[in-house]
Amino acid sequence: MEAGTPVASSADGPSCYSRVTNEWICGQYLSDRSQEIVDATVQHVGITVVSVLLGLVIAFPLALLARRLPRLESLVLGVTTGIYTIPSLALFPLLVPFTGLTPTTVVIGLALYALTILVRSQLEGLRAVPEEVRESAVGLGYSRRKLLVRIELPLALPVMMAGLRVATVSTVALTTVGSLVAYGGLGNLIRDGVSTNFRAELLTASVICVLLAVALDVVLVLTQRVLTPWTRGVRT
Amino acid sequence: MDEGGPDVNVLAEAWRYLSAADNWTGAGGMADLLVQQLLLTVTALLMSLVLGLPVALWLGHLGRGGFLAINVSNVGRAVPTFALLALLVVAEWPGTQSFGPYGRAGLATLVALTLFALPPIITNAYVAVREVPEEVRESARGMGMTGRQQFLRVELPLAMPLIMSGVRLALVQVWATATIAALVAGPGLGRVITDGFFRSDYGKGIAGALVVAAVALVLELLAAFLQRFADPTRRVAPSPNRKAGMSSATSTVGPEVDAVG
Repeated sequence: MEAGTPVASSADGPSCYSRVTNEWICGQYLSDRSQEIVDATVQHVGITVVSVLLGLVIAFPLALLARRLPRLESLVLGVTTGIYTIPSLALFPLLVPFTGLTPTTVVIGLALYALTILVRSQLEGLRAVPEEVRESAVGLGYSRRKLLVRIELPLALPVMMAGLRVATVSTVALTTVGSLVAYGGLGNLIRDGVSTNFRAELLTASVICVLLAVALDVVLVLTQRVLTPWTRGVRT
Repeated sequence: MDEGGPDVNVLAEAWRYLSAADNWTGAGGMADLLVQQLLLTVTALLMSLVLGLPVALWLGHLGRGGFLAINVSNVGRAVPTFALLALLVVAEWPGTQSFGPYGRAGLATLVALTLFALPPIITNAYVAVREVPEEVRESARGMGMTGRQQFLRVELPLAMPLIMSGVRLALVQVWATATIAALVAGPGLGRVITDGFFRSDYGKGIAGALVVAAVALVLELLAAFLQRFADPTRRVAPSPNRKAGMSSATSTVGPEVDAVG
């Protein structure tokens, strides 16, 4: 294979992208632009992971507070649903006056979306803990803190993890929209692919995006298995 | 534009853009784009209702195909709306040419919007019919109802709240995706945002974002309002014990929020 010059060497061997050919699937593109693809993927994963973690860090105390104060619960749910209604392409610009054209804008926007899913699933998970279980723990002399950590969290974990999976997968997909402020990971490649009508770049970036979502989902499923060994015992 | 710190200038610019009448009127003005995007949203939503609802309700009635009906939502979440729009636009089919009132890249956008509205509609409608309590179904059968009567008179009314919340999710999803269409030269209000950002006219971009966000909230409130009216268990509310048993199923999938593009 020849060294990858930007305009592919149409004379020296088979190339699937050049001025005359524009294939969807193209091995040459993968090898020529591998660094660019890897960089975009790393940025994509970075933005996704930081956003979901930020969402988790905010969502958890919020869910605990909302459970304690029912009035706060409807407020939290109302506000997060409202944010969720705003399209991502409109939410990022609205953050720009405060955070500028930086990755922070994308991370905060995505964290806000993740937050909505996470708060809901965490509240739902905690609510699903049977009252008898809670009462017996209190009867055994568990403190509030111990009750939460030893009893409620483990029992709520499956529902919470389901929410985390939904949040993660949709964040991977939404990160692409960050290309509006030039920090969209693989979205930057997609945008470039559209504007230069470069099919291989477009399809490659889209496929990697879906694969990333699947891969992160699998990681979360495996994590959940490790965290909840008792559910495995029941199933087998 | 500088990084960090609230940038008051940009907000002032956005306000100036919004308050200039010229930006709203005329061909390609915001009023035009707004109508275009609303038209796209409504058409896509109707198309996906026609395509998805009958199949999902029927599968729910039969109790079959649950795996498919539920996983279609998971797949829909994993595929970036931006990527699908881009693929449809760059592919020769359905093309980037203008499509009637839907503008440039109109047909590609319409197809993508319809596809992304399907998952929440299908999943919610399926789950809604499945969640009708087995006792209720049995008593309907015991009363001598045919399958058709059972579906129309018992399952459908009870499933209505959950079906409607699926439609509401789809509406939010479609509006968001229609905005993203502008990233790939599509029609609609998203144009104002992308034009502003790609030409470093951030005030304009933010102005567009404000309008898009405001309309999104209005649509959501409108949908919530309509949903209240469409809930048949609400209309018979005077008999309280009846209501309690019937709307209990609502909470299972209702609060779950789906991905928005």
